[in-house]
Amino acid sequence: MTTRFIEIMVGLFVVLGFLALFMLAMKVSNLSRISSKEGYEVSAYFENIGGLKVRSPVTVSGVRVGQITEIVYDSNRYEAKVVMRIQAAHDYFPIDTTASIYTAGLLGEQYVALEPGAEEDVLTTGGTIEFTQSALVLEEIIGKIVVKLTSE
Amino acid sequence: MIAATLQNIGTWALGLFENLGRASIFFGKIIAAIPHTLTRPRLIIKEIYSIGVLSLTIIVVSGLFVGMVLGLQGYITLVDFGAEESLGVVVAMTLVRELGPVVTALLFAGRAGSALAAEIGLMKATEQLSSMEMMAVDPVKRIITPRFIGGFISVPLLTAIFTAVGILGGRLVGVGLLGIDEGSYWSQMQANVDLIDDVANGMIKGVVFAIACVWIALYKGYDAMPTAEGISLATTHTVVNSALAVLGLDFILTALMFGNV
Amino acid sequence: MESIVQIRDLHFTRGPRKIFNGISLDIRANQVTAFMGPSGSGKTTLLKLIGGQLKPEKGTVQVFGEDIHNVDQNTLYAVRKQMGMLFQSGALLTDLNVFENVAFPLREHTQLPEQIMRDLVLLKLEAVGLRGARKLMPSQLSGGMARRVALARAIVLDPSMIMYDEPFTGLDPITKGTIVTLIKELNESMGLTSVIVSHDVDETLSIADYIYVISEGEIVEFGTPDDLVTSSSEWMQQFLQGLPDGPVPFHYPSDNFKEDLLVGR
Repeated sequence: MTTRFIEIMVGLFVVLGFLALFMLAMKVSNLSRISSKEGYEVSAYFENIGGLKVRSPVTVSGVRVGQITEIVYDSNRYEAKVVMRIQAAHDYFPIDTTASIYTAGLLGEQYVALEPGAEEDVLTTGGTIEFTQSALVLEEIIGKIVVKLTSE
Repeated sequence: MIAATLQNIGTWALGLFENLGRASIFFGKIIAAIPHTLTRPRLIIKEIYSIGVLSLTIIVVSGLFVGMVLGLQGYITLVDFGAEESLGVVVAMTLVRELGPVVTALLFAGRAGSALAAEIGLMKATEQLSSMEMMAVDPVKRIITPRFIGGFISVPLLTAIFTAVGILGGRLVGVGLLGIDEGSYWSQMQANVDLIDDVANGMIKGVVFAIACVWIALYKGYDAMPTAEGISLATTHTVVNSALAVLGLDFILTALMFGNV
Repeated sequence: MESIVQIRDLHFTRGPRKIFNGISLDIRANQVTAFMGPSGSGKTTLLKLIGGQLKPEKGTVQVFGEDIHNVDQNTLYAVRKQMGMLFQSGALLTDLNVFENVAFPLREHTQLPEQIMRDLVLLKLEAVGLRGARKLMPSQLSGGMARRVALARAIVLDPSMIMYDEPFTGLDPITKGTIVTLIKELNESMGLTSVIVSHDVDETLSIADYIYVISEGEIVEFGTPDDLVTSSSEWMQQFLQGLPDGPVPFHYPSDNFKEDLLVGR
């Protein structure tokens, strides 16, 4: 076993290891999709965010355009403030865009769907989406149905 | 009777603490010798070869089969909910977060850790370490630390290779045999696996397990009684203690990393 | 004559057994000093105490003027570079071939160019007659060859003292003779001080200038080989002639044999 052979094998091993790491980073995880410093941040206020989490997707017409970066409770407005980062390529959202919280599938995770409005001006960094629709909470819906049924 | 039992427990505890203390001093010596050893990369390369390269076969084969089993089992479960498109996420998450680091460390302890302990125990039994000391060569610097660094570099790379091969194995079964859409296998995975939260944390586990396994193997070998029985005990203890350490550390790390989600 | 090693009132205990109970002795320069004694009398332990690998309970060991158990590691290693030690098994590094084994101390302690290193190693291998075996691995060597390679390794840094641990044990008569000659020649040609630990009576008597006989943790006899041979001590005569029974009993201490046999009745 020559030193040369050992060194070549170790070189191959290290290259293989880094290829595997590269695959994990680029093909398996979301590095290729979102580089977190790109794009612009806008915020929206919701009465109830349901099961929305940081890193939940932001979509328009079902196409993913960004993700949630921060969720806090705003004690002045008595509402939840949701900050989302949208990719720089999608810079065409009018200021009267509507943000709604929907659920993917019956038990799936919740996401924010954007519905572009009609204004000329577009949202930029630090902008706020005024029109929002909160998450549907199953208990509330059932409660309403029960009230409706009993009042008839 | 009770006194005797208490005495046994006491002796056992004292022995345990003494062992821990000696192992810690040994660890300190290894760390202190690292700068010196880094000036001799040839020694380290040789150890990466015998620790890492020679473990590659078992890691790749096991990774492939673990991934294939995950693909099959995941599919059987998910198809009942009509969620077989999520197979990629299930396979990748399981491997990246848990099975990759843990199984790699366990295989490493069995393949390379036991060999390390036996090698060093034998060097001790045949007075090679002693003769080095008499030649004014510190065996910790010359023998132990290169192996420590070799393992420290090898295990995380082996973990990455195991995980990547496992995900490919899952694809082989899911996409190749069971007919899941290739695109959704990968895209669902990418949408849900996070580089920092999942991949990086998995790699951190690999690094921690690497330190634990190599440390245990080297200490057990270095501390072995210089007899045939002592060496066989050292290898057995290496595998058993490494396995326990890996599983225990895995629980702690998992609680720290993923506990608050 | 100048003494290189001075041992004063040395006590050493291993487990429940007292190995040395206050021994004092000197090893003089340019002489062959031998320690003899029955198996288990702590001869090898003595070498390890001189080399600073074991710490005594009480007493001092001075080697080249340094109190070997109370110096920092750098001084200890500096002293050790001046002594070579030949282990009973040879203790060659099993993953290196003969050449690399002999070159090992040079590679660790010097920055010599490869060519000079090669010359030095071949010189030492030639001295032990194994220049032709330089490519072999330790597992391919016989016991005697391994010991000769280890000897070449021990002298490669040109030490001023060499310690031999049981150099004659387990060798055939020819190889034994070779080793005896080698030790003698090295001692004369290199101006070495040699310390031999052995229980092979004939070889040791033929080679040593001064002999200490150790038993039960004490020095029981000392002097030149002639002094020992003419010693009037019964114990000494039993040891030198290898008689099975004498002051050292054949039987491990036990009860009356007849009574022991009758116990089961």
